[in-house]
Amino acid sequence: MSAKPIYLDYQATTPCDPRVVEAMLPYFTEKFGNPHSLTHAYGREAEAAVEIARAQLAALIGAESREIVFTSGATEANNMAVKGAARFHRQFGRDHVVTLATEHKCVLESAKALEAEGFRVSYLPVEHNGLVDLVLLDAAIDSRTALVSVMAGHNEIGVIQPLREIGQLAKAKGALFHSDAAQAVGKIPVDVNALGIDLMSISGHKFYGPKGIGALYLRRRPRARITPLIDGGGQERTMRSGTLPVPLCVGLGQAAAIAHVEMAGEAQRLLLLRERLYSGLKARIPDLVLNGDLEQRLPGNLNLSFPGVAALDLIAACPNLALSTGSACTAAEIEPSYVLRALGLDPALAAASLRIGIGRFSTATEMDEAATTLAEAALRLRSGMGVTSLAVGIT
Amino acid sequence: MSVGTTYLDWNATSPLRDEAIAAMQAALSHCGNPSSVHRAGRKARAMLETARAQVAALIGARPESIVFTSGGSEANVTALAGFPARRLIVSAIEHDSVRVAPNATVIPAKPDGTADLGTLDWMLAADPRPALVSLMAANNETGAIQDIAEASRIAHRHGALLHCDAVQAAGKIPFDFAALGCDLVTLSAHKLGGPPGVGALVVTPGIDIAPLIHGGGQERGRRAGTENLPGIVGFGAAAEAARNALEAYSRIAALRDLAERRLLAIAPDAIIHATQTPRLANTLCISMSGVAASTQIMALDLAGVMVSAGSACSSGKVRRSHVLEAMGVDAATAESAIRISLGWYTAESDIDHLVEAWGALYARTRASAA
Repeated sequence: MSAKPIYLDYQATTPCDPRVVEAMLPYFTEKFGNPHSLTHAYGREAEAAVEIARAQLAALIGAESREIVFTSGATEANNMAVKGAARFHRQFGRDHVVTLATEHKCVLESAKALEAEGFRVSYLPVEHNGLVDLVLLDAAIDSRTALVSVMAGHNEIGVIQPLREIGQLAKAKGALFHSDAAQAVGKIPVDVNALGIDLMSISGHKFYGPKGIGALYLRRRPRARITPLIDGGGQERTMRSGTLPVPLCVGLGQAAAIAHVEMAGEAQRLLLLRERLYSGLKARIPDLVLNGDLEQRLPGNLNLSFPGVAALDLIAACPNLALSTGSACTAAEIEPSYVLRALGLDPALAAASLRIGIGRFSTATEMDEAATTLAEAALRLRSGMGVTSLAVGIT
Repeated sequence: MSVGTTYLDWNATSPLRDEAIAAMQAALSHCGNPSSVHRAGRKARAMLETARAQVAALIGARPESIVFTSGGSEANVTALAGFPARRLIVSAIEHDSVRVAPNATVIPAKPDGTADLGTLDWMLAADPRPALVSLMAANNETGAIQDIAEASRIAHRHGALLHCDAVQAAGKIPFDFAALGCDLVTLSAHKLGGPPGVGALVVTPGIDIAPLIHGGGQERGRRAGTENLPGIVGFGAAAEAARNALEAYSRIAALRDLAERRLLAIAPDAIIHATQTPRLANTLCISMSGVAASTQIMALDLAGVMVSAGSACSSGKVRRSHVLEAMGVDAATAESAIRISLGWYTAESDIDHLVEAWGALYARTRASAA
């Protein structure tokens, strides 16, 4: 190929930062000990590395080290939080979960699994801009609500929910507040104490760390109690059994340390890049629709509808761009995004929508090229020229 | 490994094989989510499917049987939680992630370190409700190899399913999923030279298992979550390397037997466990009578020799082995047992180092007792 495609899918996954790879490598090879083998030097060396990583991640979110439980990723953390909190609190008469219709599939599927176990689940609609209706939320939480689960920053439409207000509403009714912060941590400041979050899911590969690692933040005071999902050897203070993957923990810690220092400046830069791309597209396609609130939004996300253009055709017409229509987890599905449908988009407009994710390694040149390529392809498709003129410039 | 240290705790974790390192470096430099439809995603998907075929080949399974997980513990918990309509029967020598299964009845172990399959037969005959039986292929502490083919015949005769935790066996002994008649098998990458944080649950096609982790429908709906691509690719490469090196692996037994002979020559009163049954080539579980396992391990650690007192999973605590207890080993002997486990880099000089350090401790304790 002439060049690597421009990567515009930073919400699906991010490249591992070279500094993260460098930090991890020794723990794949010479420092390979099992961190639970505390009876010898290899194990202790591994355990020390894990604890440094735990502290780095805790510092990023204003938590204590011992409130961090390493998991295999945010999907596991979300399963653990939603199912674990509900199952634990059922004994106290709390058999109800409140969440949003626009949550990530793994939260919705976990909630569905709970329904099969006899729990009640309220799936709340959202406003047209993707934000929660706080009056509706307040009304939905009752004295039997075990958990309120709301995503911090959205994976498809990028909206940032009013976490502090949600936390206050949950606390007032004695419910726990869980937030899936897989897209938010490392991109925007998320302080668990300032926001009143009791449980929070974190993903390594969404902020330049490795795949296969994530974490669940579990508040200690007052203690957020859950039933573990993976029981066994008793690692992670019995909350999550299994040998900890030391190199991945180290990588997640390093990603957190980098984000801690660079996040604010990076957000500024991404906002400028995003504005450049968005205005470049809007100038050529005036009826372009932005989905999700523009202000309360992750700096690296756009979700755009190109009226009259099928998104899958548009992706096919831009082979030098790595794009998606929405969540990678459901990318192979033909149905338009349930998230966009929840915002009130009609099926045709939802099927005309792209998610654009930009990040640490995106450049201004890439934004200009992406804007030109996308706009030209969209206009061509709309004018009925179809996809005949594609495949320019790739070999 | 640094100079002067000898690593003999390979059943806890093994160093990464060179093949796995090379494969993972390529995967780490590629950014793509295997579920994305664009070119980067499709390339990631292709790498994932290659690894799936490599892992399947190690145990003679079909690629579509492989469900990648975050490791052996997750795979075990998924297997045992995946059949809520079946009662659970697990052996007394299982790993903790199997033993904690709620409401499981226990197959006792025999003094030779194997599960008592005659009792399993009787347990299944006595209660006609559908069951799931879990028996490990080889024990992590003693190395005792279990008769999985016989266990699956018994299980199937009574309409039960057989789950086999093959974490310690895969890559160490030939293990043929179909020939042994297993319905479910657990694998772990880091025990066979792959990276930590990856494993697999192998599920016979047609068996319907409830997922433990719900979500985006990855792994054919059996395990949600973005695939740990570099980890999985490393697992695949390690599995292929392990398969090619199976015959060489059996030769580790010569070194292990050498260690046994030399330790017994120093301490004729030492007891080696599970010697009456076929064992993994690399595993040696030995009791130095009258000396606590923790004392031995600390003394060996100071001398630069790394071994363990059984499973590494108990968060560092040295406690009496449930495996030895189930075999009927008396408490004093069980409390003085250490596990020595060798690997493909182990050399005779490592055995010298072990024998020297262990022998010195033995001499000191016997001198002070005299």
